[in-house]
Amino acid sequence: MIRESYLNAATLALLVAIPVWAMSADEPFTITLMTRAVVFAIAAVGLNIALGLGGLVSLGHAVFFGLGGYAMGILAHHAQTYTAVTEWPFLIEGTKSMPVIWLVAVVLSSLAALVIGILSLRTAGVYFIMITLAFGQMFFFFAISWAEYGGEDGLSIYVRNGFPGLNTLDPIQFYGLCLALLCLVLAFAWRLGGSPFGLALNAARQVPVRVETVGLDPVRLKLVAFVVSGAITGLAGALFADLNRFVSPTMFSWQTSGEIMIFIIIGGVGRLFGPVVGALVFVALEHWLGGLSDFWHIYLGLLLLVIVLFGRGGLIGMICGREKVHD
Amino acid sequence: MSLLLLIEQVLNGLQFGIMLFLMAAGLTLIFGVMGLINLAHGSLYMVGAFCAAAVAAATGSFLLGLVAALAGAAIAGALVELVVIRRLYDKDHLDQVLATFALILIFSEGTRWIFGSFPLFLNVPEFLSGPVTLPGGIEYPLYRLTLIVVGLLVALGLWLLISRTRLGVQIRAGENDREMIAALGIDIAKLYTIVFALGAALAGLAGALVGAIQSVQVGMGEPVLILAFVVIVIGGIGSIKGALVGAILVGLTDTLGGIFLPELLKLVLDPSTATSVGSSLASMAIYILMAAVLILRPAGLFGARA
Repeated sequence: MIRESYLNAATLALLVAIPVWAMSADEPFTITLMTRAVVFAIAAVGLNIALGLGGLVSLGHAVFFGLGGYAMGILAHHAQTYTAVTEWPFLIEGTKSMPVIWLVAVVLSSLAALVIGILSLRTAGVYFIMITLAFGQMFFFFAISWAEYGGEDGLSIYVRNGFPGLNTLDPIQFYGLCLALLCLVLAFAWRLGGSPFGLALNAARQVPVRVETVGLDPVRLKLVAFVVSGAITGLAGALFADLNRFVSPTMFSWQTSGEIMIFIIIGGVGRLFGPVVGALVFVALEHWLGGLSDFWHIYLGLLLLVIVLFGRGGLIGMICGREKVHD
Repeated sequence: MSLLLLIEQVLNGLQFGIMLFLMAAGLTLIFGVMGLINLAHGSLYMVGAFCAAAVAAATGSFLLGLVAALAGAAIAGALVELVVIRRLYDKDHLDQVLATFALILIFSEGTRWIFGSFPLFLNVPEFLSGPVTLPGGIEYPLYRLTLIVVGLLVALGLWLLISRTRLGVQIRAGENDREMIAALGIDIAKLYTIVFALGAALAGLAGALVGAIQSVQVGMGEPVLILAFVVIVIGGIGSIKGALVGAILVGLTDTLGGIFLPELLKLVLDPSTATSVGSSLASMAIYILMAAVLILRPAGLFGARA
């Protein structure tokens, strides 16, 4: 058994080493694949806060991923057509600046998470799963019927948005930016897990009654976790849209929600680096298996079944053994 | 906007709702008895539609196709229960969601592998095609009317099965207290397989019936599955009556919303804005309905527990 912290360090080393190798070997496609994995990892770190810490099985995180994507798409679309997003009640102009887009993405997805969370947390368990799934579908159909922003066809953005001091069109620079954000988000999730809030949330997942008895409101704790979780996934959505320079309603689809969840399961639920390992393995599988067979989803499905039925704790669980019960 | 159009749209909504009921009834039974959330229910809908399309194309008989849909979906359901689902009953919801999500991937890609990516076509049989004149002079497609009647008959049959037969007693007992009926000597594993196959057969039937008015293709099941979830959330988990009421509410809201919301908005907005805003709102109408029910009754209209 290997200690989890060693595995985490090795994962981080890989995240730096592979792109550096790819750059020296002149393989820009590998860098793009790695960027894809890192962006997926950010989305999954977000979901893991709700799922791993809060025990909230949300099958609707595509909502936040899509909102982040559309925040980028709409702002950049208006910037490249030199039109205003809206002139009433006050003028909002489009922008090509990543920090502004990220801020909008995070704020929008937090607001959506707040509303969806308030409604969905009136229930629990299997109701919660169905309701989050249904809200995801609501946004999906809304995006499809919203003809002004491309409807079913989505929106293409011609030039990647800018970040002060960087040339984001250079794959390795954009990768570095995404990796830096992943590290920030991971550090945040790690601090959150050890904070009084994180401990209370952990307790609320395990024994809500006791948490209530000591005077904390479990529903409120879970709501905050859901909002934070949605905000991070929204940020990932904006990055994903920038990576592809394209947004479409697919980002809102229920398959997207399922895939974000798959990253966590492959890596390990509630583990800090679970989402990162899972996203890396998923993108690798997508690339290798997708090259071998058009029907690679069959193999993905079988792998997922094996992990769920026989391998509790995902890959990290298999390599590092069971999680300690108490920290 | 005439009364005739209104009646026609109400019938369309009713037909849509009744088909949703066939899906939702199976889901809610499976959840009620086994405590299992089954995302792969939409795949069984798809299996039914493909069985029906393949057999109807080979034999030329729509009725044989329906029989094949029922049998194919029930067999697929029983097999899946024996191989995978059985291991999930005592696991948490997250594992159930993931394992059944994995089943969707396997079913969808497997079907694409066998039948290819192009949609199949299942034709409405000769004796059910064409319009029929209802009292009041309304012309309505006979096939859609048949769907309503078949769905209502299935609902009646299901009610009789659950309230009047030995199997029904066991199902109701299973919903209340699993350990107790196992202790009373009922083979609970067999009961679970039967309930799962029954739910699968209902989904397969719905798939085949709807397949004749839409195209039969991979991925056709999931949108219906999610609507069936909305139905269950509205009706209350585990309640067949809730599933019926919820399904009809959702069917009517969706169909009538799509027609009348743009018309209503035309009273206050210019026609092109009204059409686009109206159709966007209509696509969200059932979810707004669901949110409203949640605010008023978190356990659903007929739900006993949250």
